[in-house]
Amino acid sequence: MRWKKDELKGWGGALSIEADLARPERLSGLADALQEFPCPAIGARRSYGDAPLAARVVDMTRLDRFISFDAEAGLLEAEAGVTITDILNTFAPKGWMPAVMPGTGFVTLGGCIANDVHGKNHHIAGSFGQHVESLVLMAPDGSTHRISLKSKPKLFRATIGGLGQTGIIVSARLHLAKCPAGNMAVQERRMEDLDAFLEAFNTSHADFQVGWLDMTAKDIHLGRGIMEEAHFASGPFEPSKKSRSVPFNLPGFAMSTPIVKAFNWLYYKRISVAGRDRERPLHKFFFPLDNIQHWNRLYGKRGFHQFQCVLPDAEAPATLALMLEAVTASGLASPLSVLKRLGHGRGGMMSFPMEGYTLAVDIVNKPSAKALLARLNELARTAGGRVYLAKDSSLEAGYVPDMYAELDDFREEASKADPKNDFETTLTKRLNIRGQA
Amino acid sequence: MSDIWIILGATSAIARAFARKCAENGAELHLLGRDLPELKRLAADCKLRGAAEATAVAFDARKPEKFEGIIDTVALASGTLNAAVFVGSMPEQAEIDADPSLIDGTIQDSFTGPARFLQLLAPELEKRGSGTIIGVGSVAGDRGRVGNYVYGAAKAGFATYLSGLRNRLTRGGAHVITVKPGFVDTSMTWGIEGMFLVASPEDVANSLMKAVEKKKNVIYTPFFWRYIMLIIRNIPEFIFKKLSI
Repeated sequence: MRWKKDELKGWGGALSIEADLARPERLSGLADALQEFPCPAIGARRSYGDAPLAARVVDMTRLDRFISFDAEAGLLEAEAGVTITDILNTFAPKGWMPAVMPGTGFVTLGGCIANDVHGKNHHIAGSFGQHVESLVLMAPDGSTHRISLKSKPKLFRATIGGLGQTGIIVSARLHLAKCPAGNMAVQERRMEDLDAFLEAFNTSHADFQVGWLDMTAKDIHLGRGIMEEAHFASGPFEPSKKSRSVPFNLPGFAMSTPIVKAFNWLYYKRISVAGRDRERPLHKFFFPLDNIQHWNRLYGKRGFHQFQCVLPDAEAPATLALMLEAVTASGLASPLSVLKRLGHGRGGMMSFPMEGYTLAVDIVNKPSAKALLARLNELARTAGGRVYLAKDSSLEAGYVPDMYAELDDFREEASKADPKNDFETTLTKRLNIRGQA
Repeated sequence: MSDIWIILGATSAIARAFARKCAENGAELHLLGRDLPELKRLAADCKLRGAAEATAVAFDARKPEKFEGIIDTVALASGTLNAAVFVGSMPEQAEIDADPSLIDGTIQDSFTGPARFLQLLAPELEKRGSGTIIGVGSVAGDRGRVGNYVYGAAKAGFATYLSGLRNRLTRGGAHVITVKPGFVDTSMTWGIEGMFLVASPEDVANSLMKAVEKKKNVIYTPFFWRYIMLIIRNIPEFIFKKLSI
């Protein structure tokens, strides 16, 4: 197996590492690589912080074949490197789609499982891992075995959302959902402030919900934004066309406060006071940023952090207000900030979702970002909330046991499956996820 | 009428991308290669992506005695018969220097094996009066270089063979495309120093599809390699012999 020396970065680009990468194109090559050097797997590198970083990794993106599909039950088996967009494009014309789709379709099946991702329908469909029937896991020695919630409940629940610590996810059987139409009926409404936003989420019955926040609006406008609610409309499915690309890293001032402020103002005002109803193709609704390849280059060379937390209902209104104040006061916010309601569905011990509200904010990687992130992490912890490890680049190891109640069980399972800690990543070491300290 | 594609060396990254494009168009696929378990995985994948049929067939460029049987089986299907050749092997030049007998295998994998296969297949295309053959060569065949001149010589031989085959099949209503890829992001180039302007296998597969549609004769992919190689071919020999590019 030839290993390539390369700089490995998360999607945010703020953290990086010099790594040796193998990228097998055959299934046998994956076992060969592990037998040479046991190491963790990475997928599309769409985790923001250091979740996909390690000194040595196996890139799974070339193991991307569909294996079988049961058209009666909607059960798809595929290799871990298959992307969500690939599943959607291939199976939507046959009337099926992933039951849970995250905000980008470029992510891999393996990555969706290892981070137990959620979508705009989490309050109904739960998390991605809850739709996994079974999966094939590769041990550090290259041997494989199939596990399911029935056959190995503990190991299975440690693997869903388990950041690759229990083994390499080689392939999985996934329950697809019916895809009733190629278009979504999307309703967009202005939300004047945070209270209005939370009230709208509380009373919404829409199948799909997501809120865009104007993180430059202060005082009486704090927490204003656009609420999007959607359900399936009609029309045939059309696969996405070739997208445009940001060709290079933009200079630092592209995300400066006046520009972000102007952009956000326009983005907010584009929806009239009366709101707007329109139909959008599936991929445009689910993956709004996938039309622009390499959009992370908008942040320039220094990159950015994404902070995402979930807060329990009781604490959410007060804590969200404090968080928004902290971000707006810092001037570090970007146009990409999202507020959403989550249900209770979660597939694994280390899964992110809990019933409540989730806030995601992109923060430009300036020196002052560190203090802001520390403040946000602290607020999330005090509120009994949780920070999303797939996004994280700044949490403190001491916070993890408070936020992830099943951490001890997880450590036990991970140690059994990976006794020599071969699958550790920069993130799991930084946050002492495996519990050596 | 369905399109039939015989794909030689189907487990390579470019071949796989090309097979998927054919599958999306509903073609019937015969996937030939040495790694049968991998071919079977690819066949299942292609079927789910829309192939009318996809079968894995054991094929070794160094076992020409098996070729006839393979072609007889494929020829049973009715429709436009096409073939795409992606086979070839490229040992390090240093390995060949240490063991010159490796030359025979390299020439067989990259030139004489596929040429014998196509020679047996050609009458079938002539009989049907249609079909396309894609032969994947390499820019390495355009000029012998110190780094890989045995592989280059094999690909040059294959390119000359394809040119002659095109000359012959044009009369019978079939067509031959010679493809010369530059650097492509595959396991062959993974981690090798000095790679630049690397194309994805999907991009190469797309350009192959376009070449079939437009009945191109010789394509470089990505297109700019035509100009890079134009320059390299025109460097005077007394200078070229001192270069190590």
